[in-house]
Amino acid sequence: MVTEVVKIENLTKHFPIVGGILQKTIGYVYAVNDVTMSVREGETHGLVGESGSGKTTVGRIIVKLTNPTSGRIIFDGEDITRVKGEALRNYRRKVQMVFQDPYASMNPRMTVKSALLEVMKIHSMHKGSEYEYATKLMERVGMSEEHLYRYPHELSGGQRQRVVIARALSVEPKFIVLDEPTASLDVSVQAQVLDLLKELQKQYSYSYLLITHNLAIIKYISHRTTVMYRGVWVETAPTQELFKNPQHPYTIALMSAVPVPDPTLRREKIILKGEPPNPIEKVVACPFQDRCPYVMDVCREKMPPDTDLGSEHLVRCWLRA
Amino acid sequence: MLLSVRDLIVEFYTYRGIVHALNGVSFDLDKGEVLGLAGETGSGKSVTAFSIQRLLPANAKIVSGKIVFDGVDLLELSEEKMREIRGQRIATIFQDPHTYLNPVFKIERQFLDVLKYNDPEIKALENKKEAERIAFEKAVEMLKKVKMPAPERVLKMYPHELSGGMKQRVLLAMAYSLTPDLIIADEATTALDVTIQAQVLEIMKELQKEKNLSVLLITHDLGVIAENCQKAAIMYAGRVVEIGDVKKVLISPKHPYTQGLLKALPRTDKEVELVGIPGTVPDLVNPPTGCAFNLRCPYAKEICRTKVPPYTLEEGSTVACYLYGGK
Repeated sequence: MVTEVVKIENLTKHFPIVGGILQKTIGYVYAVNDVTMSVREGETHGLVGESGSGKTTVGRIIVKLTNPTSGRIIFDGEDITRVKGEALRNYRRKVQMVFQDPYASMNPRMTVKSALLEVMKIHSMHKGSEYEYATKLMERVGMSEEHLYRYPHELSGGQRQRVVIARALSVEPKFIVLDEPTASLDVSVQAQVLDLLKELQKQYSYSYLLITHNLAIIKYISHRTTVMYRGVWVETAPTQELFKNPQHPYTIALMSAVPVPDPTLRREKIILKGEPPNPIEKVVACPFQDRCPYVMDVCREKMPPDTDLGSEHLVRCWLRA
Repeated sequence: MLLSVRDLIVEFYTYRGIVHALNGVSFDLDKGEVLGLAGETGSGKSVTAFSIQRLLPANAKIVSGKIVFDGVDLLELSEEKMREIRGQRIATIFQDPHTYLNPVFKIERQFLDVLKYNDPEIKALENKKEAERIAFEKAVEMLKKVKMPAPERVLKMYPHELSGGMKQRVLLAMAYSLTPDLIIADEATTALDVTIQAQVLEIMKELQKEKNLSVLLITHDLGVIAENCQKAAIMYAGRVVEIGDVKKVLISPKHPYTQGLLKALPRTDKEVELVGIPGTVPDLVNPPTGCAFNLRCPYAKEICRTKVPPYTLEEGSTVACYLYGGK
């Protein structure tokens, strides 16, 4: 039986824009507009979209760095949308986040050792054997005990990201949000980190939400994928199915736009017209209407319904409805 | 031959010591050719671009080497002569369009200034009003060429009112408006979303074909190189380690670093097992002796640790590696 570790339902997040001397709300940034998705145990769910699509905001809402405007977050069968105090602290132990820039997520004045031990202390984990556990973690992420005594600036980018991953693992979480975990790394090092994440998942069945703009990474590492545009999910499917049989015009264009390092391949590219969307306009109909090559009248009037194409492939497009 | 870079050595003087940024970079670029220059962070791609334009920061020095552009060694030119070449004959488009537009002036002012000071025809005009009018027309025409919607309106805007893709198109229009012979695009599309990157690359391709321009396309994305270049050069630790026809370099790579890079690349076009390259790029304050890749190379031999490998021609590609050339 598949168990869903995290489920989000109809999540929305609107950030107010304040202005004037009275700091009145003069508008909203509609960052997330109705996102529903789930991550199963031991699974990687990829969340892909371009800048401003709202993918990072979804991740931040799940780890409760910000509260949703509406919608629910269900973790392990419990609604944690409004938890506070002890329950929130408990939740934070089970859910961790890894950010894009490992240097910015570390305190430059703390050694790796104190960074790891502090997290364990806050959550009262591994009492009495914190140091032993820290060495074990370092090994697990492919580093050695000696690195525990280093400061962040004494580590390379790849090593720093490994330390940040080790720190996330130190509280034995069930679920980890990875927000562009390799975007700041070079390709040769990126492959090492991706394989580490895969290996850790195989051994300890962590569940990941992988947020990225890079479709190649999605294809390599995630089991299911959701495509977002302007804060709305437009298509979701098992990754293999999505790549074989993309249905939403945006997904199709996105895939064709990714440059492929094979000069013998001659593909017809779909060049989308127009600019990335402006998030201060409220989404009332299809979010992709302005750039869609197949736009119809109905697309400008109503939000397309969720269309189930079978085998867990869902799409929101009037063409497929 | 339009551009020929030979044995370029560049050093940066920093508080940590001397950074050996370029350690003998050589390559040629023909007229009408698009050469892709790829490599990871710190491999010297951008330093190469800045050296060609002679725009290196004050703490950097070109120690030796030659940069011959259309028969003239750029390193011998006076600053005044160099300024004529910059912009008019060699134009550069950089990664972050935001930093190359002045935030306090409208696009119009910035675009017209470029034309008034650099375009020989407009510069020659006595009547300033007339010059302004012709420059405006030309700016509109160039913006149309880069497929900018409503160019007259865009000219009246400030940079912050434009999206990243639009700003990059403004810079493209400025760069191409002076009909240069060589365009250096230094990670020009890296900061853009993929769908916008596709738009910009398409425009660059059209302009290149129309004027038969030479382009030096610098990027870390081998996909961009595969789809836009005829020739590819792979850099590592301040040296070109492999250069040749793009098909040869990317389909049957010769240098162990190129091979490793391609094996480490996740792809959308096929299922792959990734193999990372062990270790990290060397610190160029203390570069390793011999081949700079020897610490990470699975085939490293004794000679690789002591001597810098010379270039050999291997199946049409030029490679700096002791695996080839009968050594």
